[in-house]
Amino acid sequence: MGKARTYLVFGALALIGAVSFGVVALNRGESVNAIWLVTAALCTYVVAYRFYARFIATKVLRLDALRPTPAVRRDDGLDYVPTPRNVLFGHHFAAIAGAGPLVGPVLAAQMGYLPGVIWILVGAVVAGAVQDMMVLFMSTRRDGKSLGDMIRNEMGPIPGVIAQIGVLMIMVIILAVLALVVVKALAESPWGAFTVAATIPIAIFMGLYTRYLRPGRVGEVSLIGVVLLVLAIIGGGHVATHPTLGPAFTLTGPTLAVAMMAYGFVASVIPVWLLLAPRDYLSTFLKIGAIAGLAVGILIVRPHIQMPAVTPFIDGTGPVFAGALFPFLFITIACGAVSGFHALISSGTTPKLLENESQIPLIGYGAMLCESFVAVMALIAATVLDPAVYFSMNSPVAVIGKDAASAAAAVAQWGFHIMPGELEQIARDVGEHSILSRAGGAPTLAVGMAHILSSVIGGKAMMAFWYHFAILFEALFILTTVDAGTRVCRFMVQDLLGLAVPKMRETQSWTANVAATALTVGLWGYFLYTGVVDPLGGINSLWPLFGIANQMLAAVALILGTVVLFKMKQQRYAWVTAVPTVWLLICTLTAGLQKLFHPDVRVGFLAHARQYQAALSDDRVLGPAKTAADMHRVIVNDYVNSALTAGFLFVVVVVTLYGVGACLKALRADGPTVREIPEAAHA
Amino acid sequence: MRDDLFCRCRDVAISWGKTAQRTANLMIGQPDYDAYVRHAASRHPDDPPMDRTAFFRLHEARRFGAGGGGFRCC
Repeated sequence: MGKARTYLVFGALALIGAVSFGVVALNRGESVNAIWLVTAALCTYVVAYRFYARFIATKVLRLDALRPTPAVRRDDGLDYVPTPRNVLFGHHFAAIAGAGPLVGPVLAAQMGYLPGVIWILVGAVVAGAVQDMMVLFMSTRRDGKSLGDMIRNEMGPIPGVIAQIGVLMIMVIILAVLALVVVKALAESPWGAFTVAATIPIAIFMGLYTRYLRPGRVGEVSLIGVVLLVLAIIGGGHVATHPTLGPAFTLTGPTLAVAMMAYGFVASVIPVWLLLAPRDYLSTFLKIGAIAGLAVGILIVRPHIQMPAVTPFIDGTGPVFAGALFPFLFITIACGAVSGFHALISSGTTPKLLENESQIPLIGYGAMLCESFVAVMALIAATVLDPAVYFSMNSPVAVIGKDAASAAAAVAQWGFHIMPGELEQIARDVGEHSILSRAGGAPTLAVGMAHILSSVIGGKAMMAFWYHFAILFEALFILTTVDAGTRVCRFMVQDLLGLAVPKMRETQSWTANVAATALTVGLWGYFLYTGVVDPLGGINSLWPLFGIANQMLAAVALILGTVVLFKMKQQRYAWVTAVPTVWLLICTLTAGLQKLFHPDVRVGFLAHARQYQAALSDDRVLGPAKTAADMHRVIVNDYVNSALTAGFLFVVVVVTLYGVGACLKALRADGPTVREIPEAAHA
Repeated sequence: MRDDLFCRCRDVAISWGKTAQRTANLMIGQPDYDAYVRHAASRHPDDPPMDRTAFFRLHEARRFGAGGGGFRCC
């Protein structure tokens, strides 16, 4: 009886989801309401969670509610603490939600909303959520060990070290590309630059407050912080129009890039309570609040999607990022569908807080579905804009020219019509000089959010406020990731350098600290700076690198999952992780090889280098390079990017080979060979 | 009867508030202090537990220390 009801309820949900999907996919000619997208997404999640996550939990992993988790066995009140599942869900979601699922779908919207939404849903259900759940399971059965340690233990020391170096390379690219998103959002925007700059004194005030005035009162100080932030946004509007302050905060990309590096260095060297920790409070709460606000806004406004379902740019000629739908759509969306970085979170603090193994589907699978929903909302925010506005904002200057008239003419050639005056009017509405060529995702998302939120509160008059609120919220949590990531990288660098110079290992040593931080900032700063001065906007070449790196890490985590299933003698279910692994390998290897060897100079790094080399030998100077020295720099960058891509390919190929070897070995063994903490090991 | 309903609603609201507060704290790397005190009292009854401020500072430093949980996703 109960079973019949379950099938009835979920059958109905599946039907609603299928109908919504049909409306979204088959509608042509007239615009679709975003609610159909939301409904299709939610139904997909509910059905997948009820059936697929449960199947993985009971049949594949055979979760055991009676088996004590690390939190129960090693309960120390500090690191290992059994935590109620709702609380842990919130913690885990806050840790995995970042800028990736907001930016990726916005960029992917150049191919239309349909390809993006299909991959965000399918990818999350069969790959992303499976990965998160699998890693959480493996780490829980191994006392909360990290991904690197688990690879070392289950697959051997060599893939372990290679994966660790891979993680460091990936971190550098992530920090660079996230910093680039912020630079792109704040360049030539005095309002944005002022509000983000204002977060520094606000955070320092909060740090002093929690340190000396009212120690540990995070709640009240965060409230004060949010009020000050709102005042900063309002003040920013006045600063932007001020005759002397306005120009003072109108900063160019290169200036902002240098400022970001200096700031990242200082923020990660000084005591964390002064700047890093308080900004972390603000950005975490603002992030959760803004995501919730966007969800409510979409439900209230129920906007219509303006972007076509599929644009001609699926052939790879799009202005936002280069490369065809396969593989670059998957590389571009990255985090919203499957994110390798979640493997680091799922094997970090979360397994040490898990109360019971039976909660692994909720925390591992469920939180990723929420993240996927964030990506769907970002896609909605980008596609409810007029496509002409979207392409004017996201195409490089080299393609659409410098003013509204040339931009309107350029997008008209793609079939999207707008008056130059309308583009200028939107810029005025959101309080900016110009909205043209603001690639990077953040400004587009901010215009989309301002469009939705101003329809709920404030109308047109509040548009500029909401735009700058959205920019601030993105910049704030990206900057926190950059600072915290710089510290994490610094410890990794110290660890690696310590192999050669033992003194570098001392995390308390001031010299080691400064040297390792400078090296870290130098590494991501290099990529940031080259991205900022890149004529195609930087995002064009850096975002795919980031996507490849991220998806490769996911492939590595899923390979580990497959190896563990084989070692558990559960190989008949190994397809659960093997199928997404194979897909990710196909995508990332194709993308990596195309980035290296594609003959189109927009896609292939080496082809681009050859083009400049040829011009150089004919004594020609290709724009935007102005001198022969610039030309040399462009060529060097191409080779650096190529080397990095080759490095990623090397990491994933080696780990795959070791993974296959480990699976074959496990297959030959008579019994399970996993290295879990034995069931009987009670405290 | 009405009192009962009121009390029950109030209790539910209070417990939701506590959960929300605990979630918000954990999001920024601060585990539950009361759980720690209970743990300390049951396992180490002879040692006085850390006070709230020390507990706060310990976790603040740990979150961004080597191997801490301060790492955020992209």
